[in-house]
Amino acid sequence: MSRVEFILNEKKVEFEGDLNKRLLDVLRDDFGLFGSKEGCGEGECGACAILFNDEIVNSCLLPMANVVNQRVMTIEGFSTTKKYKAIEQSFMDHGAVQCGYCTPGMIIATESLLNKNAKPTEEEIKDGLAGNLCRCTGYNMIIDAIIAVSRREDDLW
Amino acid sequence: MVILPKDYKHTLDALQDEKLTIIAGGTDVMVKNRNWSGLIPRVEGNSINIFQLNELSYIREDESGLHIGAGTKLEELLNSPLIFEPLKAAVREMASPAIRHVGTIGGNVGNASPAGDTLPILYVYDTVIVLESVEGIREISIFEFITGPGKTTRKSNEIIKEIILKNIDYTGFYYEKVGGRRSDAISKLSFVGLYNADEKGTIKDVRIAFGAVYKTIVRNHELERQLLQSLNSEKSMEDIIDEYSQLIQPIDDQRSNANYRKNCSLSLLKSFIQMAGGN
Repeated sequence: MSRVEFILNEKKVEFEGDLNKRLLDVLRDDFGLFGSKEGCGEGECGACAILFNDEIVNSCLLPMANVVNQRVMTIEGFSTTKKYKAIEQSFMDHGAVQCGYCTPGMIIATESLLNKNAKPTEEEIKDGLAGNLCRCTGYNMIIDAIIAVSRREDDLW
Repeated sequence: MVILPKDYKHTLDALQDEKLTIIAGGTDVMVKNRNWSGLIPRVEGNSINIFQLNELSYIREDESGLHIGAGTKLEELLNSPLIFEPLKAAVREMASPAIRHVGTIGGNVGNASPAGDTLPILYVYDTVIVLESVEGIREISIFEFITGPGKTTRKSNEIIKEIILKNIDYTGFYYEKVGGRRSDAISKLSFVGLYNADEKGTIKDVRIAFGAVYKTIVRNHELERQLLQSLNSEKSMEDIIDEYSQLIQPIDDQRSNANYRKNCSLSLLKSFIQMAGGN
């Protein structure tokens, strides 16, 4: 058992337990944050994606030892930001959400991509979303939503 | 128990004291030791987590080659102007951004999977693996370091510290990964070929490696010498392709089968030979 700290959604929090525990389980079981889902549990689907120091990472593959003193942002924390609102609106406008299971991960992937590349091409969006599976939309609506939000005039990214 | 080392020296001391599972990014360890959700992954024995050791994260170049710290993340390789294009080509097709942000090159080497996607590139670059323990530093060629699937000659008190790629000249390279999809795919097989031609078009050097078609990466210096001669004398390549065919001994598994792997590997080899001007 170890007691460590990390930054969760911009607040310093404590975790006590085995440092090989998966961040995904800690988010859901210890902090009651259910936005990050367990899909495949082996890093192939992206439903558990979170921002780790502003970059997309699969929380199902991240042992707590890697998280100590680092910044984690889940979809719950991100949802209070202006950038989130813009992505959400664009996803709604383009029908990019159907069942919704992949959506938190897709939005995290969008934010991670736009942080690095504010005006991505369609190919760059596909590369940025590689690792996030969606079984409903066929991806085209998600790609359209990301193109639209990245072409806004207020330059959020 | 998980040890979080204070620094690099503390890591070496801890590895001297007991046999530990070394975890860096965790992207392989966490899958291999997966448990039911909510339960702790079944990592054998105690572990040491080196993910946050900054001492192991660097890329620098000198006359002996390109030095990559074992803790360098895959995505960092893509962002560095020092990294050779063939290595970038392989990393670009590895996993997904989410995995490349945490997975490390040292992990890909230490995991020693025949399907490890950086490995064929490291083989053609005559890579040297630098290991360190409290007893000192040991340098070993990657050919001797990896002995089989998941098997290396790392001693339990050693850590993979650095990976040194020789700086080699090339005028053409061909890299192909064959997988079930464009990303997040473990290779069915992979191929890399490099050649270096002078201004008259004479081939001076040729290097070839295959991934996931044998228990280790396949690279054969003698066949490369023969291929070099043949490329410069317009001799038929059939004998050489036959010899490679003997070395390619793939298995059937959930990703592909031996027959496909072998035929596809040989086709890629032929494409590369044509690209280098052979027939």
